Amino acid sequence: MSFLQYPLDYSYLMAKRKKIRKQVMSNIQSPIKKRIAILGGSTTSEIAAMLDLFLLDNNIEVEIYESEYNQYWEDAVFGNMDLESFQPDFIYIHTTFRNIEVFPNIADSPEQVNQLLNSEFNRLSQMWTALSEKYSCPIIQNNFDRPSYRLMGNRDIWDDCGKSSFINKLNQKIYEYAAAHERFYVNDIDYLSAQIGLNKWHSSFYWNMYKYAMSMEAIPYVAKSVSDIVKSLLGKNKKAVALDLDNTLWGGVIGDDGIEGISIGQELPEGQAYYEFQKYCKELKNIGVILTINSKNDEDNALAGLNHPDGVLKPDDFVLIKANWNPKSQNLLETATELNLGIDSFVFVDDNPAEREIVNQHLPAVAVPAIGSVDNYIQVLDNTGFFETTILSSEDINKTQTYRENKKRNEFQNSFLNYEDYLDSLKMRAVIKPFDSLHLQRIAQLTNKSNQFNLTTKRCTEKDIEEMSQSNQFITLYLSLSDKFGDNGIVSLAAGEISGHELNIELWLMSCRVLKRNVEAALMNELVRIAKKKSIRTIVGHYYPTPKNGMVKDFYKEMGFMRIKADENGNTDWVLQVEDYSDKKTSIMINN
Amino acid sequence: MTKEEILQKLAELIEDCFDEEVTITRETVADDVDGWDSLGQIRLLAAAEKEFNIHFAISDVRHLDNVGDLVDVIDRMLNL
Repeated sequence: MSFLQYPLDYSYLMAKRKKIRKQVMSNIQSPIKKRIAILGGSTTSEIAAMLDLFLLDNNIEVEIYESEYNQYWEDAVFGNMDLESFQPDFIYIHTTFRNIEVFPNIADSPEQVNQLLNSEFNRLSQMWTALSEKYSCPIIQNNFDRPSYRLMGNRDIWDDCGKSSFINKLNQKIYEYAAAHERFYVNDIDYLSAQIGLNKWHSSFYWNMYKYAMSMEAIPYVAKSVSDIVKSLLGKNKKAVALDLDNTLWGGVIGDDGIEGISIGQELPEGQAYYEFQKYCKELKNIGVILTINSKNDEDNALAGLNHPDGVLKPDDFVLIKANWNPKSQNLLETATELNLGIDSFVFVDDNPAEREIVNQHLPAVAVPAIGSVDNYIQVLDNTGFFETTILSSEDINKTQTYRENKKRNEFQNSFLNYEDYLDSLKMRAVIKPFDSLHLQRIAQLTNKSNQFNLTTKRCTEKDIEEMSQSNQFITLYLSLSDKFGDNGIVSLAAGEISGHELNIELWLMSCRVLKRNVEAALMNELVRIAKKKSIRTIVGHYYPTPKNGMVKDFYKEMGFMRIKADENGNTDWVLQVEDYSDKKTSIMINN
Repeated sequence: MTKEEILQKLAELIEDCFDEEVTITRETVADDVDGWDSLGQIRLLAAAEKEFNIHFAISDVRHLDNVGDLVDVIDRMLNL
């Protein structure tokens, strides 16, 4: 939906909201359903309406609870029956500088100011503590925007008694809290207000008349920002960027202009702009985004351009380079298949509107931002929110390296005639252990991102994982795999609930990066071994079909289970008698 | 822009905001349109601000009884 991307036309969104919503709802397929509680320190109705729309655009359908006007603190600290029975999956605290109770007086001493700061912050943290104790769901908290005036002018920001200074310090304390606490996220309205401009952000008309803490024009930006955080936590970020080359990563056409003719580098203005964009793409790679090339060029020319000494990106930064004369939509499909990524996890970046349109038509699942001119590439891409980073794991940071190692593995494999010899020579080692607090985030992240090798597609929050890991009634296992090429990190999960002498597997998934290596055999062998130790006699498994997990339809059959039930929707139940199980062959060595 | 044209434009905005097909006249009041509550009115005013490139002041919107009053306010602002 192009009108749900920057720049946001607030009056169009507001006026046509009902029509837009109807249109989106008629096209939506199996949305995720979640509940969001908005605790507001000002009027929240329009924010809720916009948030609903932006989330629908991400295939997330929400029920929204709004606290009574300005009852955000009371709802959090004293509890509220309606909020409790609502059972939110996310809590958004919509406060602004207008909710700061006491500001310093001009004559206050540094100690007095500090006291005020602490009491104001404690009022906030009291809320967060109460909420996390009762709900254990992610909390999204606005930081504070700046007022529309500065009493002392420029002094307001550095004088302890200035409002601007006070807000700044309060924000710092919020950021420290965010860095130290999981499941707590900042919605940066300070940035949003700067981006739109304080003059547009503040509206005394809408505040005085209707107690909206920001103008109508600003509200869609706030809602989009919150929706980015929510969809990121639900695993909806894009994973890869497919980049064009000519006039996207450098100025000019390398096939015509040659390596000396393209504009890239810090010498001239145009080259500088492309240089900045290459730098931005490289930084995206550092936070776990996969970079690929999708260009109409001879491969030699493409590589020559990427090896330009004044560029930032080098061929090694890309996991896959498709430089040929095939349709770009075909390249994208092949790239997705080769990397084992869903086509809907791609962003296609191309300066040419005609190429963008072709991809739009053939592959509607691919995100195709209208990037405009090179002066705006970074801003346009940044504003999409496709890579909203809520969780940053070491796996994310090393993602490109992991994919490149995989490529080496594939090439290595091709040099073997016998597949088993290949597997042996990989020298794979696995660590298989119960879920623990150290890996909570990564485990929860995996349950939300894995779609293909996923038997039940059970999506788990960090709280769910924590509860499973702490319960005696659960057997939980993660498998972390490394081989001679590198460490893949955690690649597979299994979890089941014990009932009497039966183990019921609720969760079984594996990353597609390690397909066909008998990882599942290693994990099943270990699961059965542990089950035997706990006197379990039967293990039950389930397969719930989705559009993406067809590959594991017969997984339990391959593991030696017997099918006991099948319904008309394709759901199947399987059972294994533990004493009948014999270890499945695998070249993976367990290294606990 | 004549008052008639302002009324015409407002009618379009009202139809969009409330997703209702209602004949809008100067005498139309909020109760005549399904879903036109105070929160919906805010949206209508915001859309009108953008459409006519004006900014309402509190005094402008305090005593609006019907669509005709709003037309008059907008007309006054456009002719300033």
